[in-house]
Amino acid sequence: MKKIRIIIAREYITRVRKKSFILMTIIGPILMAALFIVPVWISTLEDNEVKKIAVVDSSRLFIHLLPETEKIKFDYLTNISLLQAEKLIGTNNYYAVLYIPSIVLSTPIVTLSSPKQPSLQLRMHILSALKSQIESFKLIKNNIDPEVIQSVKTDVKVSVVKLNDDGTREVKSSDLQMILGFIGGLLIYFFIFLYGSQVMRGVIEEKSNRIVEVILSSVKPFQLMMGKIIGIALVGLTQFVLWAFLTFSLVTTLSAILLKNTTIVEQQIAAQSIMQKQSTVDMKAEKNFDFNELSAVFDTIKLIDFGVMIFSFLFYFIFGYLMYSALFAAIGGAVDNEADTQQFMLPITIPLILSIVLMSNITTNPEGPIAFWFSMIPLTSPVVMMMRIPFGVPWIEVFISGILLILTFIFTTWLAGKIYKTGILLYGKKVTYKDLYQWIKNK
Amino acid sequence: MNEILTVEHISKAYGNKVALNDVSFRVHEGTIMGLLGPNGAGKTTLIRIINQIYIADSGKVYFNGKPISIDDVIRFGYLPEERGLYKKMKVGEQALYLSQLKGLSRKQALRELKYWFEKFEITSWWNKKVEELSKGMQQKVQFIISVLHKPSVLIFDEPFSGFDPINANLIKDELLAMKKNGVTIMLSTHNMASVEELCDEIVLINASKNVLSGDVKQIKQQFKEHIYEIVFKGFINYVDLANRHQYEILEHRQDNEHHIIKLRLLDTSIKTNTLIEALLSVGEITSFRELLPSMDEIFIKVVKQTNQEDK
Repeated sequence: MKKIRIIIAREYITRVRKKSFILMTIIGPILMAALFIVPVWISTLEDNEVKKIAVVDSSRLFIHLLPETEKIKFDYLTNISLLQAEKLIGTNNYYAVLYIPSIVLSTPIVTLSSPKQPSLQLRMHILSALKSQIESFKLIKNNIDPEVIQSVKTDVKVSVVKLNDDGTREVKSSDLQMILGFIGGLLIYFFIFLYGSQVMRGVIEEKSNRIVEVILSSVKPFQLMMGKIIGIALVGLTQFVLWAFLTFSLVTTLSAILLKNTTIVEQQIAAQSIMQKQSTVDMKAEKNFDFNELSAVFDTIKLIDFGVMIFSFLFYFIFGYLMYSALFAAIGGAVDNEADTQQFMLPITIPLILSIVLMSNITTNPEGPIAFWFSMIPLTSPVVMMMRIPFGVPWIEVFISGILLILTFIFTTWLAGKIYKTGILLYGKKVTYKDLYQWIKNK
Repeated sequence: MNEILTVEHISKAYGNKVALNDVSFRVHEGTIMGLLGPNGAGKTTLIRIINQIYIADSGKVYFNGKPISIDDVIRFGYLPEERGLYKKMKVGEQALYLSQLKGLSRKQALRELKYWFEKFEITSWWNKKVEELSKGMQQKVQFIISVLHKPSVLIFDEPFSGFDPINANLIKDELLAMKKNGVTIMLSTHNMASVEELCDEIVLINASKNVLSGDVKQIKQQFKEHIYEIVFKGFINYVDLANRHQYEILEHRQDNEHHIIKLRLLDTSIKTNTLIEALLSVGEITSFRELLPSMDEIFIKVVKQTNQEDK
């Protein structure tokens, strides 16, 4: 045991001191924090200007009928041609000119001319405004009261209530859980690949350096292999903890600095817009329903058990990594250089990639048969189960999948030990699957 | 002398390829034993079996009379033929790591390393990365690491490869000094000159079998061909020289005023004194010596002979 400790210490210290590790540890959180902060920050920066749009309406149907927002205002020009209006853009400080031809009802094509590239948001606003106006004109033309249509339109919202075995009720918002599932699954996938291949490269390095036999005169091959695997696992955990900690502190400090004045305002706007939407869409809805959507999100955040999330992340990360890295170590032991690893890498990478491919299927249907079975199969369970955990998984399923994973980890380690032991001192031979089978069979 | 290592009936095959076939020999305590053999004869496999890296298909290895265990082996000093160091690691750190793996405490390892680094005058390498060192320099570091924990048995596979003559002599002197202190050394090498210089006994492996083993001096006697070299000064009597039936002349050279004659006794029962008496009438003898075969010659002869037998 003492020797494994010495090996673990070397694997850990040499890697943690590497420039690439330090660089990754610093850059990772900056990138992640940027991912959180920048879009919010940018959205607070842009569109503070009010865009004034000149409307040349030859049909004379839309005058003062286009809905305005805080940032989009319409100025209706009459008795003026499109060309004349376009010349006014500079003098009257228009953002664009909207030309509505007289035949718009039969041929609904309008022109938006602007010296700038109009934003998608603006175009969408104009499009939906014109669309709904033209539709209601057509309804009137056919003697249908637009009010009737409006009241017929129904926006159905499903508020999911989870009934627990103990009789309590939980309100769920699956968007947030989906995001957490994505992040958890991707992180496990990323860590297994990154650190698993580090194990493989480390083994190949020792083999091609010819240091391995020197070390094997002091320790058993299995000790060397396990020492390397555990040492690198600790590097991975260190990196993860540093990332989580640094990202969290970066996001909180940056958002405090950059978004100090806007967050409260923005929250209010968000709340208002939801209220507006609700009231215009469904006048008959209960008044207190307006706040349900927002509070549901906060409720879910409170309801997601982050303790369980972190515990299961660590469990599936550690055992998923151990299971895979034993296989990676076996490959490293069997080949002479990295170029030869390809043929053996394929069967290992397929289940990992498969679990990423199935990601959207699993997060949209976390209790379906695909999600269930792939969270049981040990080669895919670390990633897939991690996607399911935020939605709440019966503990018996987690338990069985965990036991299966541990058993498979023991099996792959045993298997890898056999291959590693034989392969590690074999040079200059192109190893085939048949050879590997022979090595496993040998006592 | 105490038998420290006993190898009994070791056989090992990789699939259909036989690497060792019923190999037995013993190593006596405090001696240097040479393990010889052509490339691919099975020497490295044998060494790995003694070191418990490989398990023999059949046969046993004993250490001090008891079946050898992994704990015995870890106390050995082992310098494998395929040896290297971590290229990116610093010399001192690496030496410390490897000696701690041998079971030394950090403190002990530091003390021993200081002693050896000073002895070999390489203290300035401590903070250098291994990739900055030449191959010979790396071999020096590896040698130190293999003897640092004061092992009672050293197993060296090609210890002199990569060394210049000065450093090779340095290592030879260290080996002899260790032998004096009672260390047993097993040496696998193709360098026959160093075998003659260092080894007390040899084992010659050819085509996975032990084809010759024993004391170096006895082996030389066993393979001697009764060839003598006689040097005469000045005039010699050719008629007298040629007119003998006990020997045949293999070579006759003239070097200034010296005649150097190499001859083989045909009748091996003749004593050397009788031969010298017979040669007294030929001329003035300034030197008379028996030519024993070199290890090189014995090696080639035995290997060729066994290869023919196999065919």
